[in-house]
Amino acid sequence: MYEYIIPFILAIIAILTLHKKENAYDHLISGATDGLKMMVTIVPSLIILLSAIYMLRASGAMDAAAGLLSPALSFLGIPPETILLVLIRPLSGSAALAVGAEIMYTHGPDSMVGTTAAVMLGSTETTFYTISVYFGACGIKKTRYALPAALIADFVGFLAASWTVRIFYA
Amino acid sequence: MILSYVWSGFILISAFFAMYMGNGPETTKAVLEGAGEGIKVSIAIAGPMCLWSGIGNLMNAVGAANLLSKVFSPVLRFVYPSAQNDPILAGDLSANFCANLLGLGNAATPMGIKAAQRMKSTISPTIATDEMCRLVVMNTASIQLLPTTVAALRQSAGSQTPFDIIPCVWITSILSVSAGLCAANVLKRWWSDV
Repeated sequence: MYEYIIPFILAIIAILTLHKKENAYDHLISGATDGLKMMVTIVPSLIILLSAIYMLRASGAMDAAAGLLSPALSFLGIPPETILLVLIRPLSGSAALAVGAEIMYTHGPDSMVGTTAAVMLGSTETTFYTISVYFGACGIKKTRYALPAALIADFVGFLAASWTVRIFYA
Repeated sequence: MILSYVWSGFILISAFFAMYMGNGPETTKAVLEGAGEGIKVSIAIAGPMCLWSGIGNLMNAVGAANLLSKVFSPVLRFVYPSAQNDPILAGDLSANFCANLLGLGNAATPMGIKAAQRMKSTISPTIATDEMCRLVVMNTASIQLLPTTVAALRQSAGSQTPFDIIPCVWITSILSVSAGLCAANVLKRWWSDV
């Protein structure tokens, strides 16, 4: 059924485009140009960060951390292999993308660990960055409970990602 | 600045473990291997990301955002009650929410900031209001209809069904946003300094 969502959505957009007589091609091209610009800013950080992440994996540090935290994480139902993603996700979007890529490449994109990493990546945001952008732009000094509430949302997201993947793909 | 600590930390930990565990050769090889993977991943996801960025832009232009804002207006009224008496604020909030749903992060942020500035308290403009905190929670817990970047990443890693994470992503996003909003509701008792 999920295989039909994307063609279905694209078909609806095509119908709306014809109905509204919009210049679809121009909108597509200008959006894709923005995407390419964004990509240019992401590529250098992906290269630098993936190099560091591959070093972490090869040095044995990743396995050591996963082994150390594995009892606690397994108790919560979170795959220990995703620990670095859980730690880095609220801090940096490009680092999280790099860590997620490494997990999917190492464990396979359709494995339990790879799928959990993908759901975590798709359903959470770069919390610290977002908070600093919003409150910085408005000149807010006292952010009150915004950060703890947002971090609770992230934590529940990591738990829910692990559990839903286990339920759907076990 | 954060990334500079992240990178330095990763390198120091790797160097320490490489020496401690005797994994020097593997770690040295990984330095270049990782950089190579970096460009491979980038090229693999660049096409899909540009495509979806274009489609998101088109969706916005043909009025998909208006459609979504009608569907989700009860939710937004519930989260931001003060927007009921302020059509401009309601418009910004709904544009922010819909751009997030369509995965247009770059379009969502300016709208969200405009809304946050309108929410500012006149008495104490440097203290975050309750609605501002909720707006931040809504924006830090990403609610995306189509997780396109992740799907592109999965496809580049060889997944046969890159989009089949959609139900999990939806359920997880809803749970995470709800938890954030509940937490905000509970925590505001301890931070009642507005």
